[in-house]
Order: sequence, then structure tokens, then C-alpha cells
Amino acid sequence: MSASVLDLKNLSVRFATPEGEVAAVSELSLSVGKGECLGIVGESGSGKSQTFLAAMGLLARNGRAVGEAIFGGINLAAADENTLNRLRGNKLAMIFQDPMTSLTPHMKVGHQLTEVLVRHRNLKFPAARDRAIAMLRRVQISEPERRFEMYPHELSGGLRQRVMIAMALMCGPELIIADEPTTALDVTVQAQILDLIRRAKEELGTAVILITHDLGVVAGMADRVGVMYAGRIVELGEVHQIFNAPQHPYTKGLLACTPRLDDATASALVTIPGQPPDLQQLPTGCAYHPRCGNVMERCRAAAPPLMSTGGGGLKACFLENFGSVQAGTVVP
Amino acid sequence: MWSYFARRVAIGIPTLWAIITVCFFMMRLTPGGPFDGEAPVPPEILANLRARFHLDDPLWRQYLDYLANLLRGDFGPSFKYRDFNVTTLIAQGFPVSLQNGFSALVIAIMIGVPLGIFAALGQNTRRDYTVSAFAMTGIVIPNFIMGHVLILIFGVWLKDSVFHLPAGGWADGALANRVLPVFCLSLPYIAYLVRITRGSMIEAMRANYIRTARAKGLPFRLVVLRHALKSALIPVVTFLGPATAFLLTGSMVVETIFQIPGIGRYFVQGALNRDYTLVMGVTILSAALVIAMNLIVDLLYSLLDPRVRYEGKQ
Amino acid sequence: MNGIKFTSAPAAPGEIAGEFTGRSLWQDAWRRLLANRAAVAGMIILAGIALASVIGPFLLPWSYDSIDWEHIEALPPQFSTGHYLGTDSLGRDLLARTLFGGRISLMVGLLATTVALLIGVTVGAVAGFVGGRTDQLLMRFVDLMYSVPLTFFVIILMVVFGRNFALMFLAIGAVEWLTMARIVRGQTLTLRNKEFIEAARASGGSTANIIARHILPNVLGVVMIYVTLTIPQVILLESFLSFLGLGIQEPMTSWGMLINDGAAELEINPRTLIIPATFMTTTLFCLNFLGDGLRDALDPKDR
Ligand SMILES: Nc1ncnc2c1ncn2[C@@H]1O[C@H](COP(=O)(O)OP(=O)(O)OP(=O)(O)O)[C@@H](O)[C@H]1O
Ligand SMILES: [Mg+2]
Repeated sequence: MSASVLDLKNLSVRFATPEGEVAAVSELSLSVGKGECLGIVGESGSGKSQTFLAAMGLLARNGRAVGEAIFGGINLAAADENTLNRLRGNKLAMIFQDPMTSLTPHMKVGHQLTEVLVRHRNLKFPAARDRAIAMLRRVQISEPERRFEMYPHELSGGLRQRVMIAMALMCGPELIIADEPTTALDVTVQAQILDLIRRAKEELGTAVILITHDLGVVAGMADRVGVMYAGRIVELGEVHQIFNAPQHPYTKGLLACTPRLDDATASALVTIPGQPPDLQQLPTGCAYHPRCGNVMERCRAAAPPLMSTGGGGLKACFLENFGSVQAGTVVP
Repeated sequence: MWSYFARRVAIGIPTLWAIITVCFFMMRLTPGGPFDGEAPVPPEILANLRARFHLDDPLWRQYLDYLANLLRGDFGPSFKYRDFNVTTLIAQGFPVSLQNGFSALVIAIMIGVPLGIFAALGQNTRRDYTVSAFAMTGIVIPNFIMGHVLILIFGVWLKDSVFHLPAGGWADGALANRVLPVFCLSLPYIAYLVRITRGSMIEAMRANYIRTARAKGLPFRLVVLRHALKSALIPVVTFLGPATAFLLTGSMVVETIFQIPGIGRYFVQGALNRDYTLVMGVTILSAALVIAMNLIVDLLYSLLDPRVRYEGKQ
Repeated sequence: MNGIKFTSAPAAPGEIAGEFTGRSLWQDAWRRLLANRAAVAGMIILAGIALASVIGPFLLPWSYDSIDWEHIEALPPQFSTGHYLGTDSLGRDLLARTLFGGRISLMVGLLATTVALLIGVTVGAVAGFVGGRTDQLLMRFVDLMYSVPLTFFVIILMVVFGRNFALMFLAIGAVEWLTMARIVRGQTLTLRNKEFIEAARASGGSTANIIARHILPNVLGVVMIYVTLTIPQVILLESFLSFLGLGIQEPMTSWGMLINDGAAELEINPRTLIIPATFMTTTLFCLNFLGDGLRDALDPKDR
């Protein structure tokens, strides 16, 4: 990983709530290499979205980011709107989870695409239109000239997500953050959308951050995977390592939860016992310890730092010898 | 869209007809006729009056006559102002009310909408609280208090200063005579528009597509004006329908306080004098106005929200 | 301003998503309400005004309609004569009149809102729960009523049937229920498909029973918000009618009438306008603060 596009260093995200401040993301560090696809997985509420929304400068009004998110030498977490606006949609693009509500309902799809070019490439409308239609074709939308003139509600969910992707690719960004791009779509469409993102990565050399809670998605796409729990990275490593030799009990738990057809125990439903923690009242020590099958005394006392796994990855766990780790509980 | 619009018109006409019918029978079936309140009228004169207003015809006859006359734009003779036709009175009063109402509406939109956006974009900051407090005041203080307070200030206390404004009267629509009533009429309107716009703008800025627009790197100004404003305006437009009714009732108060010869004042006087034909005339006109305004709102709607247009096509 | 409500103002409370049967949800809401200073102040002042209006007239030396013949012209506030806020131009005690007027205004506010509540909740719950044709029919009717200038009808009613108290709150209530019906219907629709309703239906509960036992408790929150926002509308409408001389009749009085009387002698004696106007606007402010506070407390997504 010689040159990285995005470097998060001790990035924290805090929200002011009536019950006090909560930290949705705590001192998170990671980097994404050029042209790399980094998968981010974790349960709902683990802070996946907020981490990268913070990097985009798109936190909710009551949220603030502390720490660094370095992109092209600029700390996005502390940048002003003007600086952010020069990068967003240009060098840095984001695709959101819900294509149904992520497009402006009263604007034609075409206008929403061309305004990116008008903004960042100073193009006049006819030129922008040609490029937008070419891009629509590229994301395999049939009859792009006709779709160009349509309103979002006239398109299906899959088509809208394609439009979102086209929009993100419009200026040839260095990094695309895709926040659960397929969650809202049905399975057949999901594969097509992922394929589009993969092709963008391969053909344009764009780095991709793929946020999801579907490990299956990550397995086929990512080069490396980061596993998040309660606002922290608990394990980070090459995709085959994560899948073949997970080093953190939580990762193993997640893997056990993913139903697999080739598995003999497929009919059994596997879950990680307990609930994700309440950010207001994080347990002491390792946030995962109340649910961990291998909990030790020191896990309750102190949070494990991210340490090397030996295989090139990182893990936040005190366990040395992981062979005997028990994964999830099997519920017959 | 046109079929959608046509459907709305098709609903509007029977509505108006129902209103006319209900009004008519309510008025005619009242205990005590329209001439009861006055000093005892000699029976032969009463008989004359009844004959003149066709009150001795069978009810269905009167009703059909009334409808037929309405179609010709004739609201019948006034019960009270014996030498006047209701149509004449309305023709005199309506332009005055219309001018004032329209001015108030335009002023209210020009002040209320930007102020609401301004407050929304600074949600929970001091400027938001200030604007919201102003809006609350405008909503809570009714215009019959506000009117008098304005008269007290500009008509009485500032009598000898350059800010003096006439406390009432119309003077054929002299500008000085319009200022206070129009202002008074528009105040609650401004307040409602501030509230509505603020609420809808906050809602609009929370939408997912606003996040998308920001993620594209559009400057804030464009995010607001191009992506948020249109959907934020939908409730504002919706408000214009009821606002017309609102203006009409407002003009009853304002025209009474400032002694302006508009239909609002005619209506109040007609109600007090049991001048049934006049009251009915104004009510029907107002209902027609409100229904028409609701139609215009529907049209504007389809301009703001393509989904309405779409439904209309199907 | 004058009691005309608007169709889909965002000021109208949104739908409350959660189920409000749990005790702690109400406690949470109550806690949030108490944390809202404007709402608490509103509640306290409101209680003060209501209490003063109810028992005040019994405690004052002058009654609202008795004339102090020795002070037949408007008198400034005086303690020696027992006219704590002075008298009007007929020598009637202003404080007694204002408090008595408050009693009438508040009473009309409550009664008319109750009427609106009964009609609105019934129509809304039935439309939302029964659905289908019934729903369409009822909501068409509500839409239709919305496109009619209803204040005119209240006035015509008052003119035609003579001005009396009962008719007044019935008439006002009968025009103020529309928004209530819409809101309750919306809530009921979202509730209808929830598991606990399905369960009640599966175990053979009758429609009326399910509405009363399961739907109503869950729409209570929204209804409460809306009630606090309807009362000021009604008070305004009543005072509007009284102001036009179409409301309450002498010797009874209400805030609207007192304001009307005061306006007549505005130039010589502004006090007679300002005192009742202050009482009324204070009440309206408090009710609005309370309503907004309730909405924030019951619908925390808006914070
Ligand atoms: N505006 C906010 N105010 C307070 N807390 C917030 C806010 N936005 C997010 N949070 C909290 O931050 C935490 C992390 O949220 P985030 O959206 O990053 O989760 P996620 O991992 O993306 O989950 P999902 O898979 O559901 O998208 C959540 O617990 C959420 O409650
Ligand atoms: Mg997320």
C-alpha cells in the first residue's frame, strides 16, 4: 500500500443529544490505497456510515468530527465548506443506501447528472448532456436519451441506483464511498450493481470503500476488509485472511451468522448472543466482552489496542491463540 | 394533468351548488322573516315587501328563481338597502377587498417565505428563535387587536408626526389609507407563512436527496434554491387555498375597524341587519373564490411536484 | 387568524411512530415536557388564569355586571374603591369583567374543542380503521368541507338561529373537527396493521371494541397535541364573532366582546382595550407554547 487516497487518523464522531454527547465513532484509524477496494462490515449502528459521512463533511447538524481524514493532503474533517465542495462530487464521491429517496424528486434525472459537470468541469449544458448520456450508457441504462428526460419516480430502484453510480463517476473520482449500495435492492439487481462498481474500479482505477453488513458482498469485491464494532475497528486485514482465519471473536461470530449453502449446518440459525451495545453506556474494557465467548479478566478492565495479527492484519483482541475460539452460539 | 384538473373542476361545481342550496334553505327556513327586526311595519306594506321579494311564492319556486338569477350574475335585491341590488353592492365592494387582499397576500409571501427559510437554515440558533417568536406573536395576536393597536399608534399617538396615518376611511383608495389595513391584514399571514416555510424547509433539508446534492459538491446556495426550495414550497402553496378563506374573514375585521367599503364589511353589516340576500351573495362569492383558489393551488402543485403530473397522466 | 385552519401545515403534529402504551414512553414524554421552559411557564400561567377566571369573580368586591354609580365614568385603577384595574365607561369593574369574560372564553374554548374532538376522533378512527369505501367517503367529505369558507357558515348560523351560547360552541366545534379527523385517521391507518391490532382482531374483538381499547389509547398523544392547538383557535373564533357583535350577548361578556367595547373608547381610555387584550393574548401564547412543547415531547424526532 504505497500511496493511499484516504487516511483516517484517530477520527472520532460525536453527536450532541439531549442525554449528553455520544461517540458514534471513536479514534478510528485506517487508510485506503489507490485503486483498492476496502470493505467495511459491522452490525447496524456500529458507526460505519458516520465514519465516512464525517470524511465527506456530511454529518448531521448535531454531529462533529474530531481527528483527521486526510485526502489529497487536505484534512477533510477540519476543512471548510468551500474546500469540501471542490472535492465532493469531483475527486470524492458517495453512493447512498436508499436510491428511492436519494434523488431530488422534482428534478429531471438528466439535470441532476449534468449539474455535477457544470459545477466541477465548467461545462455548458450541451456538452454536459452528451457526457451524461454517455455515462448513463456506461452504467448500462438502456435508452439513455429517454431516461435523461425522466423524473426519478419514473425509474425503478435499480435504475435509480445506476443513476446514482453514474453521478458518482461523472468526474472520474479517485475514491468512491458506497454506503450499502445494494441493501435496498432485490437480489438479481444487487449483483448487477456490484458488478458496475467493480468495473468502475477496474476500468477507472478508482478506489472504493464498500460499506455493508453483508459479508457475501465483501467477499467478492474487497481487497481488504475492516470490521467495525461500537465505533471502532476490531479487525482489519486481507479479505482471504478475514474469511479463512478470522482473528477476532466478533469477526468469527459475524462469519458464523452468514448462512452458507455449502455448509452442513445451513439449516441452523446462528446468532451472536446479546445486543450491540448502547453507545451511551459502553461496557468498560473491550466493548465486545459481554457478548464474547472467550472473555478474559483483562477484557473487562482495559480495551485492547489494535495490534498486528502476524498475518499482516490488525486486530483489537487480547486472545493469543485463536484456534480454539468458539464462534457464535448455534440455535437449533 | 388536464384530466386531473378537469376532475377537480367537476368536484368544485357541485360543491358550490351544495353551498348555495344549504345557504338558501337555511335563510328561508328561519323562524322570523327578514323584516321582523324593524319597527312594526303596517301589514299592507309588509305584504308589499313580501310580494316584491317574491317571498310568497312556493319555496321551490324561489329556489329555482334564485339559481336562475345567479347564473345570470344577479344576486337579487338587497333586503336592507332597498334601492340597491346585491350585485351592485358587490361590484362596488369586491374590487376594494380584492385589491387589499391581493396586496396583503403578496406582501406576506415576500416577507414570510424568505423569513421562514432564513429561520430554518439557522435552526435552533438565535436568529431562528427571534423569527419564530415573531411568528408566534403574529399568530397569537388577533387582527382585531392589532388593528386597534395600529390605530392607537399611528392614528392617535403619532398624530402630529410625519408617521401619522389615517385611522380609517378609504378616500377612494388613497395610499395613506391603505397602509394600515393592508399591513394589519398581512401580519397574521406573514406569521403563518414563516411557520409553514420554516417547518417545511427544515423537513426538506433533512431529506436524503439534500445529502446527495451536498455530496456532489454543490454550493450551499444551490442546494437550497435548486434542491430544497421546491419541495419546501409545497405546504406554502397548499396554504394559499385556506389562506383565501382566511383573507376573506380577515377582511371582515379589517374593513370593519378601518371603515373600508369592501365586501367584508358588507357581510358583517348584512349579518347584523339580517340582510339575507346580501349575506348570501357574499357567502357564495367567497365560496366560489375559495374553490377557485383551491383549483389554482392544484395547478401550482403539479408544477412543483412531478409526481402529481404523473398521476394525472394515468 | 380568525379560526380558519389550514390544510397541511407542518405545524400540525406529525405522526407519532412509536406505540404509546408503554408507561415509560409517557414518563419520558412528561420528562421532556418539564424540561421545556416555555411549555412549563405556559402551563403555570394558564393554570393561574384559569383559576382566577373560575374563582376570581366570587372573591372580588364587584360583580361583572354591577354598575358603580359613583364612578360612572371610566376610573383608573384604585384600591380604595375596590376597582383594582379601574372601571369601564359605564362604571363596571374591569377586573371582574375581564375574569368573567375569561370564564366564558375558556368555557367556549373547552366545550367547542370537546365537540370538535368527539366528531373528529370518531370520524378519523372509523375512517382509518374501517378503511375502504367508508374511508374514501368520509375523507372526500372532509376534503369538501375544507374547500368551504366555514367561518361564514358559523356567522350565518348565528344570524339565523339567534345568538346563544350552546349554539355557538356547537357551531364552532362543528367546523373545527376537520383537521382532527385527518390526523386521527392518519394515525389509525399506521396502527391498523400493527401486530397487536391484528391479534385483537384475530381473537374476535368487535370493531368498536378494538377502536376503543387499542386505537384510541394510541392516538391519545397526537390528539392531546392537537387539542391544545385547537383551543386557541376556538377562543379566537369566538372572540372574532363577539367582536363583530355576533357572539355572546349582553350582559354576558367574553374577551372578544370586552375588546370590542374597549376599542370603542380607545382614544380616551385605552386601558379598557389593553387589559382584556393582554389576558387573551397571554392565554393564547401559553396554549401555543404548551402545544408546541407537547409536540416536541411526544414526537422527539423533531428535536
Ligand atoms: N444525528 C445523530 N444524532 C445522534 N446519534 C446519531 C446521529 N446519527 C447517527 N447516530 C448514531 O450513531 C451510531 C452509528 O450510526 P451509523 O449510521 O454510522 O451506523 P451504521 O453502522 O451505518 O449502521 P447501519 O448498518 O444501520 O447503516 C448509531 O448508534 C446512531 O444512533
Ligand atoms: Mg449506515
